Amino acid sequence: MRFSRTLALLERQWYLLRGSPTRVVPLFGFVVIDIVLWGFITRYLDMTAGGVDFVTSLLGAVVFWDYCVRVLHGVTMTFFEDVWSRNFLNIFASPLTLVEYLGGQVLSSLFTSAIGLLAMVVIATLLFGWSIGAYGLMAVPFVLVLFLFGVAMGVVGAAIILRFGPAAEWFVWPIPALIAPFGGVYYPVSTLPGWMHPIARALPVSYVFEGLRAIAAGQAFAPGSLAMGAGLAALYVVAACWTFARVYQHAVRTGLIARYSAETIT
Amino acid sequence: MYTRDRMPVLSVSHLRKLYGTTPAVEEVSFTIEPKETVGLLGPNGAGKTTTINMILGVLEPTAGSVSIEGIDVTRRRTQALQRTNFAAVYAPLPGNLTVLENLMVFARMYGVRDRRMRVASLIEQFDLVRFRDTKCGVLSSGEQTRVALAKAMLNEPHLLLLDEPTASLDPATAQDIRARLRAFTQQGSGGVLWTSHNMLEVEQVCDRVLFLSHGRILLEGNPRTLPAEHGKGSLEELFITVAREPLTLDA
Repeated sequence: MRFSRTLALLERQWYLLRGSPTRVVPLFGFVVIDIVLWGFITRYLDMTAGGVDFVTSLLGAVVFWDYCVRVLHGVTMTFFEDVWSRNFLNIFASPLTLVEYLGGQVLSSLFTSAIGLLAMVVIATLLFGWSIGAYGLMAVPFVLVLFLFGVAMGVVGAAIILRFGPAAEWFVWPIPALIAPFGGVYYPVSTLPGWMHPIARALPVSYVFEGLRAIAAGQAFAPGSLAMGAGLAALYVVAACWTFARVYQHAVRTGLIARYSAETIT
Repeated sequence: MYTRDRMPVLSVSHLRKLYGTTPAVEEVSFTIEPKETVGLLGPNGAGKTTTINMILGVLEPTAGSVSIEGIDVTRRRTQALQRTNFAAVYAPLPGNLTVLENLMVFARMYGVRDRRMRVASLIEQFDLVRFRDTKCGVLSSGEQTRVALAKAMLNEPHLLLLDEPTASLDPATAQDIRARLRAFTQQGSGGVLWTSHNMLEVEQVCDRVLFLSHGRILLEGNPRTLPAEHGKGSLEELFITVAREPLTLDA
């Protein structure tokens, strides 16, 4: 693996961003809207359900979950640049390896999602008095686990698009909406019916958000559950990359890489 | 055994590609020597682009092998492609980046040393100075072709694959490009695989031609003597015979 080849993709994304406000605004626009909306909802809940700090727990969940979703978007949008510009042949006929290609997507997502996170933290803090400091240094490993899981979702999304064509993006965008109810993002896993618990336990985000809620409520938090979440997230990243590699091999075998505009080779 | 200097730039051996049960390429074998330009000719659908895609590693052969300077493309793809590049009419560079940005990105991807100097030099060589900061998407097809050729030269490839490189160029520009590509093989030690439907161009540029029909190599030889060897007046006449009546050709 050569890092300079991975950097080429990051350089490409930088050129695209600096030359296109329509690419820059979505990096923070939608998440800011989300924080403003949920900020007022939590403020209203604080007023009506006296004694419970919804700003820290619920608005905090929105900030962290939106960050995870931004990571997914960062990965898939980098991939989409090659889809939209019909650039697969130039990319995959170069010395770039698959690991370097995926690495470029992850690196690009690291930067774009950080911009979104920063915007959310600033708005939530200034407008609604939310403080990331309430989680202390534990916020760092939680964010890292969410980053890894976002990467896994993004790579799976890219694999879906590669396998089924650009129209399959509509299978990718709802992935977070499918996972959030099972992951106990906005409410404790105990709220869920019993049959949903095993699914929740298989998702790293459930450990993250249970932990974040415990810290926000000043309760004890088991570091072992964070380790479990981190282990699962790493496992999902490996599984996602393996899936992408298999889909890529299929595309090379069938000729889909060279004739991607056809969407399928039959 | 070949020494490194005498090793073919490209060795294609018993290459075969089936789509389901339909053969696209059948038992294709050939080599390209250093400083040699080989023309891959044939009617539409003959298997030229399929062959090029297999050489570039973006299409897996059903059987056979491809080696670039002795490096197997399937097993050591990155090392093989490090010394290869290509330009094709159907693979323009991203239209949302400028000429300079595209070349800088691909120079990094190909691990080009002193990439700023190399890119600046290619921009000048391919007469792209005034389009340096223009997005590729707004360039004419001829200008885009020149950008694609500049990209193909970035890593000073040992093997250059050109799929109809002058198809959208005006005659003056095409002649200029042909001269540059001839200089590329004469000055360096690289080899070129060139597809074209312009038979006059093929006669000018290629040292040897391979005629493909229905995925098989039917004829091989010097483009300047091959027509007479098969009782034809010109390469174009020979091409038309290969395309329409391949079975009527003398062995």
